[in-house]
Amino acid sequence: MMTRRVYRSIRLGLKTLTLHKLRSFLTMLGVVFGVASVVAMLAVGEGASREALDQIRKLGSTNIMLTSVKPVETEARTVSPWSMSMYGLLYEDQRRAQEAFATIRRTVPVKIIRKEGRLGARKLDLRIVGTTPDWFDLVRRDVIAGRALTARDAERRASLVVLTEFGARRLLATEQTIGHTLRIGGEYYEVIGIVQSEAGQGGAMQTPDQQIDAYIPIEVARERYGDISQIVTSGSILRESVELHQLIVEVDQVEHVEATAAGLESMLRRFHPRMDYRISVPLGLLREAEATKRRFNIVLGSIAGISLLVGGIGIMNIMLASVTERTREIGIRRAVGAKRSQIITQFLIETTVLSTTGGAVGLALGLTIPWIIELAADMPTVVTGYSLVLAVGISLSVGLVFGIYPARHAANLDPIEALRHE
Amino acid sequence: MTQPVGAPSARGMPNGADLVCLEDITKIYQVGDTEVRALDGLTVSFQRGSFWAIMGPSGSGKSTLLNLLGCLDRPTAGRYVLEGQDVADLDDNALSTIRLRHIGFIFQSFNLIPQLTVRENIELPLFYLDWNPDRSRARAEETAARLGLSDRLNHRPAELSGGQQQRVAIARALAANPNMLLADEPTGNLDSATGAQIMAVLTELNQQGKTIIMVTHETDIARHARQRLHMRDGRIDSMEGAAA
Repeated sequence: MMTRRVYRSIRLGLKTLTLHKLRSFLTMLGVVFGVASVVAMLAVGEGASREALDQIRKLGSTNIMLTSVKPVETEARTVSPWSMSMYGLLYEDQRRAQEAFATIRRTVPVKIIRKEGRLGARKLDLRIVGTTPDWFDLVRRDVIAGRALTARDAERRASLVVLTEFGARRLLATEQTIGHTLRIGGEYYEVIGIVQSEAGQGGAMQTPDQQIDAYIPIEVARERYGDISQIVTSGSILRESVELHQLIVEVDQVEHVEATAAGLESMLRRFHPRMDYRISVPLGLLREAEATKRRFNIVLGSIAGISLLVGGIGIMNIMLASVTERTREIGIRRAVGAKRSQIITQFLIETTVLSTTGGAVGLALGLTIPWIIELAADMPTVVTGYSLVLAVGISLSVGLVFGIYPARHAANLDPIEALRHE
Repeated sequence: MTQPVGAPSARGMPNGADLVCLEDITKIYQVGDTEVRALDGLTVSFQRGSFWAIMGPSGSGKSTLLNLLGCLDRPTAGRYVLEGQDVADLDDNALSTIRLRHIGFIFQSFNLIPQLTVRENIELPLFYLDWNPDRSRARAEETAARLGLSDRLNHRPAELSGGQQQRVAIARALAANPNMLLADEPTGNLDSATGAQIMAVLTELNQQGKTIIMVTHETDIARHARQRLHMRDGRIDSMEGAAA
């Protein structure tokens, strides 16, 4: 009944539009580009923000990262070549944090030593990371080959090492390398596994040289390398004593992260007046990134909105011209017995057919653009289902909103006048 | 639906035989500052099955009368009873429905919709009556056959001669099977031979029971009608052949 009439009106609409192919096409262009830009911009924006969010999320939204930072030397004093600076997080901090906060589930200490590693004939400057087995779990590194460190390895103080994918490749290590011996400085370690590099994982939190990490039990690192490191630069030797380079704190619930971070902050401030630490909360970054994404979407949305407005005005303009051109037809329909509402329906269907056809073309274009961007600029893009729904909804409503005025105009024509119209 | 050929009703109902009854109809147009009285206290009734020609010089109000009869316009004052229903004060929707069900229009310039085929033009009232496609198609074919248009159903109006176009218009007017046909100079755009054919069609339809009210200024054409009404200055000048 009603649907039949709508179906026939759609057919009539299509017929009228194909009667003026070029005009219909030009009219649609506004909506085509409007919808295409909405879909494409959302895809690019979504791709960019999802990448950022992924990086942050990989750090763990329930984690808090404490990092040792060398304090700025406030007093200008003559630095003797043999002087040593002591700073950073202490094992004591780890113990205190663990005891003071019920919300902390576990803590992972990290000790970093720079040494050259040798595997067979290959050499590579490694970043030796002494840590506990929880590390792999907390920073979400998947084991690619072999296995990660275990609590038992730590207990045994075993000379075992886990390489990153990137480091392993540089050392020409493969799956067969597992069980072979890696020489670090003067010590020998058995390679037991290879884990994912943090390609794309670093973000604001980690440094690029983490790609060449080699993980050993922290007990072993402490025993063999102690807390003092020497950096030989031109003309001087820099000696530093740092107990822990990093402390990763896992909080039991996302809701507790911010309060716990604030608590840790005030605790550390008390024991570290020199501010030789930095505290960062991936959750905070996540929140910030999400806010940025929202702002970005608003900007994109308004640009797309303007182009759709322009497209809609184009449609309205053409439909008004069409109403004038078809005044006589409207008069005939009214004389035959069409109600005003039926004339409105007819013209609304025509504009909606016009705008949704434009929307469909725009959607196709909008899906192609991100694909080209991905190929050409190597930027990730994500087309979400929501943007497709949005595109269809927008083109439909452009047709309805900008069609209503011409349609009402047509319906309100005086049938007698309309019949006389040339 | 076909009504018996109209003879004056012998029964008590005063307007029983009248399809259309106008009482003291006045239509005033405002043109700039001046009022134009197109119809001035017109009282007339048209019986079922009659065939009227309305004649008169231009400006005599015959087109205004036809528009009022066709429910395209409303009188400024007066009563208009169509098929026993007072329609003078109906709203636009109700008037549309009356046009759809009770009235078929035939125009001087045919007024077919150019982008529709002959079949679709004939089906137009049925589309607004919401008939299902099969029924509507069958009715269009049947009506086209009555008017000798069976082999033109899929043509566009522009591909037809004037006479054929006017037949399509008549077929469209007949499609919903209304009782009353209103024709406005139906032969005005046709040569005399074709015009005569169209008049023959109308005469035949009248014999089959349709009430026809036709506006014309040609006496030759008006001769085909059984009743004639002459108008002057929005009033009836004279009537011929009207049932007493």
